[in-house]
Amino acid sequence: MAENLFLFIAVLVIASAFWVVFSPNLIHSAVSLLFTLFGTAGLYVFLYADFIAATQIVIYVGGILVLIIFGVMLTSKIDSPSIASSSANQFIGGMGAFAIFVMQVAVIFNTPWNIGSEQSRDATVGTIGKLLLTDYLLPFEIISILLLAALMGAALLSRRN
Amino acid sequence: MTSIFDSLQQSLAFLNLDLFMLLSLIALLGGTVIFLVMAVNALVAVYFERKVSAFMQDRLGPMEVGILGFKGGKKFWGGIGQTLADAIKLLTKEDILPKSSDKFLMILAPFIIFSGAFLTFIGVPFAQNIVISDFNIGLFYIVAMSSIGVIGIILAGWSSNNKWSLYGAMRAAAQIISYEIPIGLSLLLVVIVSGSLHLGDIVQWQESNRWFIFHSPFTFLAFFIYFISIVAETNRTPFDIPEAESELVAGWMTEYSGFRWALFFLSEYANMLIVCIVASIVFLGGWLSPLHLINIFPESWYILDGPLLGLFWVSFKAVILIFIMMWFRWTFPRLRVDQLMYVCWKVFIPFALANLFFVSLWELIF
Repeated sequence: MAENLFLFIAVLVIASAFWVVFSPNLIHSAVSLLFTLFGTAGLYVFLYADFIAATQIVIYVGGILVLIIFGVMLTSKIDSPSIASSSANQFIGGMGAFAIFVMQVAVIFNTPWNIGSEQSRDATVGTIGKLLLTDYLLPFEIISILLLAALMGAALLSRRN
Repeated sequence: MTSIFDSLQQSLAFLNLDLFMLLSLIALLGGTVIFLVMAVNALVAVYFERKVSAFMQDRLGPMEVGILGFKGGKKFWGGIGQTLADAIKLLTKEDILPKSSDKFLMILAPFIIFSGAFLTFIGVPFAQNIVISDFNIGLFYIVAMSSIGVIGIILAGWSSNNKWSLYGAMRAAAQIISYEIPIGLSLLLVVIVSGSLHLGDIVQWQESNRWFIFHSPFTFLAFFIYFISIVAETNRTPFDIPEAESELVAGWMTEYSGFRWALFFLSEYANMLIVCIVASIVFLGGWLSPLHLINIFPESWYILDGPLLGLFWVSFKAVILIFIMMWFRWTFPRLRVDQLMYVCWKVFIPFALANLFFVSLWELIF
């Protein structure tokens, strides 16, 4: 049961990710990304990470994907339904992508994954909060400074001269 | 037995199904319940809205339509056949797909919006333990799932290939994304005070203390920020600029007809019900009777609580809030786009942030 569901979600994620890359229409890519992000949230649920799954949806589906669609619609001719994506520099891009792929595969095979029968069904929210404010306080604050800088940069760029 | 999901799992145990069949059956039953709630809610809410508009603006139509010869007089029951006629009309209307639209996305968009409302309902409790699945992160789940709908709105507006639709979708997206922030901030305040994201725990806190709206001046303010923001979030007057009839025909819904338009309608009223139920659970004591307002009475006075009465109290509070939203709609004029953004970014968000700071101080001191 769980295996079948996992396989279904994994196939959904991979297939929709393929379509994000290969779809000739940018908006269709963005819609396909919706299913990728949703499937990833489903994979988090499989890891008992309920809070991360909901965060994934709130940030990526509700925020970033909407921004991407906005960007796509505002950059090109906005009222034509055939915003096409072109491809250039195929060789260099392909080499870069391949290098990243090799790197990721190396990381996957060199990480000591914690595969065991122990399961954690406790609520994760409290633990995450405690860790963020104790052990990981510095990275947490650095990320918030980064976000603040991005916010100010956006406000500066969008200001009328 | 903390949710419908659990109790179904227990009561269906005698069938001796394997896990896959059992879960599918439960999902089917739960989904049917949600769909029925959504459909009945839309039927009743449309009738309610027509009557409210008729009483407030002297509209004659909603007072006339009868059913099987039953006219219902000129007051409450007049026009009882209107929703039935509406439903039949919507389902039998011609289904139009404009020639130069993006057909795939135009068909997909209403279903994304509908799924957003549907998924949100899974975590919304109608009374104590009457919830499809009882999430530990209930409040956050509801906020997360209700942010899906906006993608459907953008797609609907863009795929229609119509300038009014596109403007409507742009306005709707900007509005919904902006107003999510004050909503999140005012709900965060409740989470800080009660220390839990679980809706049952939040009501439990209110049972042992008092309703959140009367807990401190800051939660009082937060309720109003939340309520005005959800009016904007559901795209209702005075914040209905995405579908402003006088300028944009019908906004992002312009090119839709028939069943797919009915899906928009269903999701809109479902979203209204969801946000009003959340408001009544989080701020107005949920399934607690009004005696829990300030909790000064002896224990034996609380005779108005219970499973069925809890259901009554949640729906009662939600219906009152829905009525207030309709009251807004038929009495206020529409805001301009810049006024809408001003209210959100320069009034609500600073106030909500200050609120968050002061409520933390309040909790430290008292």
